[in-house]
Amino acid sequence: MRQFLIFTQKEFYHIFRDRWTMIILIILPVVMLILFGYAITTEIRNSHFVVFDPSRDAATQGIVNKLETSEYFVFDGYVHTPAEAEEIFMRGEIGMFIIFSENFYNNMLHTGNAQIRIVTDGSDPNTAHTLTLYAQNLMASYQQDIFKSMEIPYQIEPQIRLLYNPTMKGLYNTVPGVMGMLIMLVCAMMTSVSIVREKEKGNMEILLVSPMKPISIILAKVVPFFMISLMNFTTIIVIATTLMGVPVNGSWFLLIAVSLLFIFVSLAIGILISTLVSKQMIALLASAMGLMLPAVLLSGLVFPVSSMPIALQWVAQVLPVKWYIEAMRSIMIMGVGFSSVSLQFFILSGMAVLLLVLSLRNFKIRLD
Amino acid sequence: MTDVIVADQLTKKFGSFTAVDHISFHVQEGEIFGFLGANGAGKTTAMRMLCGLSKPSSGTGLVAGFDIAHQSEQVKKSIGYMSQKFALYEDLKVWENIRLYAGIYGVPEKEIAPRTDEMLSSIDFLSEKNTLVKSLPLGWKQKLAFSISIFHRPQIVFLDEPTSGVDPVVRRQFWELIYKSADQGITVFVTTHYLDEAEYCNRVSIMVDGKIAALDTPAGLKEKSGAGTIEDAFHQLTRGATRKAD
Repeated sequence: MRQFLIFTQKEFYHIFRDRWTMIILIILPVVMLILFGYAITTEIRNSHFVVFDPSRDAATQGIVNKLETSEYFVFDGYVHTPAEAEEIFMRGEIGMFIIFSENFYNNMLHTGNAQIRIVTDGSDPNTAHTLTLYAQNLMASYQQDIFKSMEIPYQIEPQIRLLYNPTMKGLYNTVPGVMGMLIMLVCAMMTSVSIVREKEKGNMEILLVSPMKPISIILAKVVPFFMISLMNFTTIIVIATTLMGVPVNGSWFLLIAVSLLFIFVSLAIGILISTLVSKQMIALLASAMGLMLPAVLLSGLVFPVSSMPIALQWVAQVLPVKWYIEAMRSIMIMGVGFSSVSLQFFILSGMAVLLLVLSLRNFKIRLD
Repeated sequence: MTDVIVADQLTKKFGSFTAVDHISFHVQEGEIFGFLGANGAGKTTAMRMLCGLSKPSSGTGLVAGFDIAHQSEQVKKSIGYMSQKFALYEDLKVWENIRLYAGIYGVPEKEIAPRTDEMLSSIDFLSEKNTLVKSLPLGWKQKLAFSISIFHRPQIVFLDEPTSGVDPVVRRQFWELIYKSADQGITVFVTTHYLDEAEYCNRVSIMVDGKIAALDTPAGLKEKSGAGTIEDAFHQLTRGATRKAD
């Protein structure tokens, strides 16, 4: 036990004495959260739009008003002809324009033939789709507002409503995503590099000749990174819930349990990588290219998994981070109980067991 | 004098390749035993078996009275080990490195501090106690690594090419340290490719193609081969080697 403690203390020396490690551990979580939360957001804010409105009645006013007051759109004024709107659009000054039909309000009440055309830039389909969805959503909510105030619903129309995330707040995706990436970074990448460094510098040989058990060497290497992950987890959760206002609707216990599970999986991956390679650079590349990049691209952090090609969707299934993000999102946003994240939970547990068995077996083989 | 290392028909095979081929020898307590051989002759594999890092394919070995195949834990506690690659952590201070290895080898906590000072002053190094190892010159690192490898007072210390890459002056100083520890009763088992260092050993074995081709005192080796130096004797023996250096 004393052996183990002294060795763990040594690991902390390594971490505290390396300026870059400290920067990664302390500043990176905050930077990543801000970067993904605000800058690289898939969500659209302050998108300019103009309106061609031949009706100018209560309904069109109401809709424009609704759009204007939302945080997503900035109203640049009315235009006189649809052609003028198109011209401004072509110059790239606006991201969207809206054309109302004539006698909009009357038609809406009587004929049910009130038409709105929303035009967005199809050359950037992601943005176009998102903008359209936002606008439709806001219009639907306007419609709901006015019909609520009347006795009889004049018209029933299918409405798009995005459950649980009514205005598609990007942060609900970002927080679990950043958490997943950081845990991967600290547990898998830094752990594997740190173990491989012992091999590369020849220290591992000395340690293996010593009476210290290989399993205690590995455990002692893992403990500091485990603690750092917990610290990062706390930082992110605190920033997210207080400064960014992302509520946790579900159980905290479940949130922490699933995060701990994911930390174990990531540590096991780190140990596995360290048994497979013997150069720090390779460990670094393997973690960066093999784990971080797919984690960003395939986990649904940036692009939704469902909109990817089928082959890539299959690849995404084997990434622990994908299941973790899914589970976290459900817990944070929907506030569901264990039953609805049980699938993710069991898959992650399975991965943890499999990876631990694999890496421990591999470690023994290396000792021949 | 008792034998602290006994190898009897010790063999290691990797598939169809026999790295170490039925070697037998005895090393006595307090002896400085040189283990020579060209690269790829099987020195390192033989040494790894004796240290409990690698299991023999056949044959037996006793180190400090313990069977290397079945009692590797006890073997590990009785030996010290230093290799050509560095054992020291560059970003740890001198005393922190000492404390780490002392802790790993189970030196009692309250003995560590006084023994650290004692050891450092014996190599005139007390002033560098709080220096980070990375700022030390190579020769000092090696002397320190050796001192750390015998800090827990093992019966035997295994040195794997301990002086590679250092200048002759430091090598000389290093050998003085080795002599000092041998005087204290620590058996020294050392591999080297500096053939002049073989002269410093009590007895020398020369491995060729996995077998021990000669084992004698430096004087005896020279006499038998009729050569003037160990170097000549070595080249005579290894001329017939079939294995390429790895």
